[in-house]
Amino acid sequence: MIIKTNINGVNKTFDIEPHEYLLNVLRKNGYLSVKRGCDTGACGVCTVLVDGEPTLSCSFLAARADGKNILTIEGLQEQAKEVGSYLIAEGVDQCGYCSPGLILTVIAMKTQLKNPTEESIRHYLSGNLCRCTGYVGQLRAIKKYMGVE
Amino acid sequence: MKNNHSVGKFIPKVDGEQLVTGKPVYTDDIAPKEALVIKILRSPYAFARIKSINKDKAEKVPGVECILTHEDLPKILFTRAGQSYPEPSTYDKYVLDEYVRYIGDEVAIVAAESEEIALKAMKLIKVEYEVYEPVLDMEQAENHPSKIHFRDRCHSNINIGFDPEKNIAAIYNFGIGDVEEALNKCDVVVKETYYTQAQAHAMMETYRAFSYIDQYGKLVIVSSTQIPFHVRRMIARAFDLPINKVRIIKPRIGGGFGGKQTAQVEFFTAAVTLKTGKPSKIVYTRKETFESTTSRQAMRIDVTIGADKEGKIKAIDMKALEDTGAYGEHAYTVLGAVGYKTLPLYNKAEAARFSGKAVYTNHTPGGALRGYGVTQGTFALESAVNELAHKLNMDPTELRAKNMIRKGETSPIFNLTTVGAGKEPIIMNSCELEYCIKRGKELIDWDNKYPRQYISPSKVRGVGMAIAMQGSGIPGVDTATATIKLEDNGCFTLLLGATDLGTGSDTILRQIAAEALGVDNDTISVYSSDTDLTPFDVGAYASGTTYFSGNAVKKAALKMKELIEEEGARFLKLDKEDVVFDGKEIISKSGDKKISLAELSNKLIYKNPTNQLTSTASFGTSDVAPPFVSGFAEVEVDIETGKIELINYVTVADVGTVINPNLARIQAEGGVVQGIGMALFEEVRVDGRGRLITNNFMEYKIPSRLDINNIIVDFAESYEPTGPFGAKSIGEVVTNTPCPAIADAIYNAVGIRVRNLPITPEKVKMLLKNKSKC
Repeated sequence: MIIKTNINGVNKTFDIEPHEYLLNVLRKNGYLSVKRGCDTGACGVCTVLVDGEPTLSCSFLAARADGKNILTIEGLQEQAKEVGSYLIAEGVDQCGYCSPGLILTVIAMKTQLKNPTEESIRHYLSGNLCRCTGYVGQLRAIKKYMGVE
Repeated sequence: MKNNHSVGKFIPKVDGEQLVTGKPVYTDDIAPKEALVIKILRSPYAFARIKSINKDKAEKVPGVECILTHEDLPKILFTRAGQSYPEPSTYDKYVLDEYVRYIGDEVAIVAAESEEIALKAMKLIKVEYEVYEPVLDMEQAENHPSKIHFRDRCHSNINIGFDPEKNIAAIYNFGIGDVEEALNKCDVVVKETYYTQAQAHAMMETYRAFSYIDQYGKLVIVSSTQIPFHVRRMIARAFDLPINKVRIIKPRIGGGFGGKQTAQVEFFTAAVTLKTGKPSKIVYTRKETFESTTSRQAMRIDVTIGADKEGKIKAIDMKALEDTGAYGEHAYTVLGAVGYKTLPLYNKAEAARFSGKAVYTNHTPGGALRGYGVTQGTFALESAVNELAHKLNMDPTELRAKNMIRKGETSPIFNLTTVGAGKEPIIMNSCELEYCIKRGKELIDWDNKYPRQYISPSKVRGVGMAIAMQGSGIPGVDTATATIKLEDNGCFTLLLGATDLGTGSDTILRQIAAEALGVDNDTISVYSSDTDLTPFDVGAYASGTTYFSGNAVKKAALKMKELIEEEGARFLKLDKEDVVFDGKEIISKSGDKKISLAELSNKLIYKNPTNQLTSTASFGTSDVAPPFVSGFAEVEVDIETGKIELINYVTVADVGTVINPNLARIQAEGGVVQGIGMALFEEVRVDGRGRLITNNFMEYKIPSRLDINNIIVDFAESYEPTGPFGAKSIGEVVTNTPCPAIADAIYNAVGIRVRNLPITPEKVKMLLKNKSKC
């Protein structure tokens, strides 16, 4: 089936299988920043922004992306560099495999959380698992980025 | 040697910007698009023999390239454990075997044009099994009528006590003094049994590799591995190829934690590419990663510990039973580490004994996982020491102070268990446990909080603590080599066999090179983990990289500095003794003559007589340089629900010189949280047939952001003279204290003792219920 989407500001038409998930379609078409961590929507690694909302692409049928605006890290390089610079400064870039999903979620959070607090940040990001950092260093970095004391 | 030019400073990770901007730098990102996709048909039985496999129908599916079974592959025994040759792990595995030994064991390799086709074909393979009664309880394994391995189909390189007739994979015993006699003299004795679970690594990037034949006809495997050089040797052996026909490249990898110290997937791409001549790739699902790779060995550890009434520990007896699962990868070495990297903590005991036995079962195999047996041993021994403190009515920090190892001291256990150690006592040149405990007490506010505080009628807080050690690589066994090239314009290339898992070893090894050369980090570019282009290094395990690879880098850099001064002196027409290299220029000591490094390097490369400077240095040692750590937990127990909230966790580590403070801190925080996961959340469940139920992130709970509150990390001022610029190791030691510290904090809060991990609310509630009945 044919779907029409806008990816990172560019209109794209894909011929997809009805059972295909967005993650596979994106990776197949060269959006390699999108990573798979699990296949049950449990780890947050595969997060992309669908109409601005953090979305788990491993469990989001590609057919549902028809007519939607999708953002991956490839399309948000400057913002990723900015958020990333805070992560790097804390040393929490580590293996980096969960970074694209985490950073996209942080970018969405910045627009959605009006008065962020440590608690609301932790809750917003609770779906993004990380096995390297133990989270507290990420929190230090993200609080700085969000301007939370 | 400490001039703080580069070492001790925060230098951002060399690959950080590429990682945070999502560049395609991981294995699956760079695999050829046309690579055949491999799927593995797996055993539905915990123990069976394959009577027949019919792949006729499956092979006819359009797009299927090949289907390989045990009948198609060489029957050469090997071990997948990433260890130096000759490996102390039993050769008990073929690439594919007619016997399957756990649910998820490999039956057939299917390679097709796409994943869909491979999965479709897989369903059409007909396998007939002769099903045997599986061994599903490690405590019944030794005398079980089912024998998992057969003597004529396995062997070990060295005597590790391997006895297939008894399902014994390995035996490890050592001791000093007469334990029974010493125990008899004790006023207080604790004798308890502790159980630890088969923790999963849960690295975010699952196992994966791709392979192809290059322009020279060489098999190249690009793999998410911690052990490229060991993988090369294993693949060469398993497929009967010369070493120089195999090349392994490790790109960026999404975490390892020891899992990728076992070669899990490379054999399958190698088999397909060798068979078809075509590129092929394999990417494990999360389910395969849980079920069909390795995990921390589940253990039962019996501890008997005795002291006089002043709290002087006289005797410790540790007995470990290890479930190595279906294969014996790392069985022997993990087993030994349970004892020999815990018992030296209490070096004043008159007698100490360790007797360990690893048994085969029909479970998912055990393997290396951060902590490598020491985590299990620390839970048992430190829990027992805490129980002893309670029996003595003594503060557990005071009991440690009376008995623990200190700087300048030794333990005879080091001599008994270190390869190549002589009779000379092995002295701890650095050991700041005293500070680690003192500082930890301050940071957790121990004196005000011990043992408990009542928060509300249903909530009680308690504090608990533990200490731990680890190694810095494997003395007498590990080796590392580094090469430095001087390029034009005064730049350097550092070639490392060492393997960066995301920890930042490329970054800190470059810092060590910059420190030794006295140059800026930016002038050095790093390339690592490619068996054709970088020198040999055992890989990333046993907390060895900073110490072993770091020492190799430092040696190579100092050699390079000498070469630069030699050549500089030649150009300045002076003796070498009369010049110094200050990081930018080679200057005569009188100060009147100089040549810049850039100019010198250009002359050496472009002007006759050319002489590009290259230095290579290797490092190996029998020195023992353990890092030490204290851990303090503050928990809040809800006595109505049994729920545990970890309020604070403090860890203070003696890792020698901290090379890069930010990266070291994250190692500590990440390691602690992995330990917290093992202590509180990561429950492993297996059904009656031997199937792992906890095979995805919905069932197997690693800590999430909401489970983790305050983690406080600090480092002791410490300097290890045998380490590079005084450094030891950090990767593993930090994961060892949470299990016993949290268990004791819970005891101190509500008076119940959980001796089998993880400490779930159900267990806590049940024990509270039983306690209130008494």
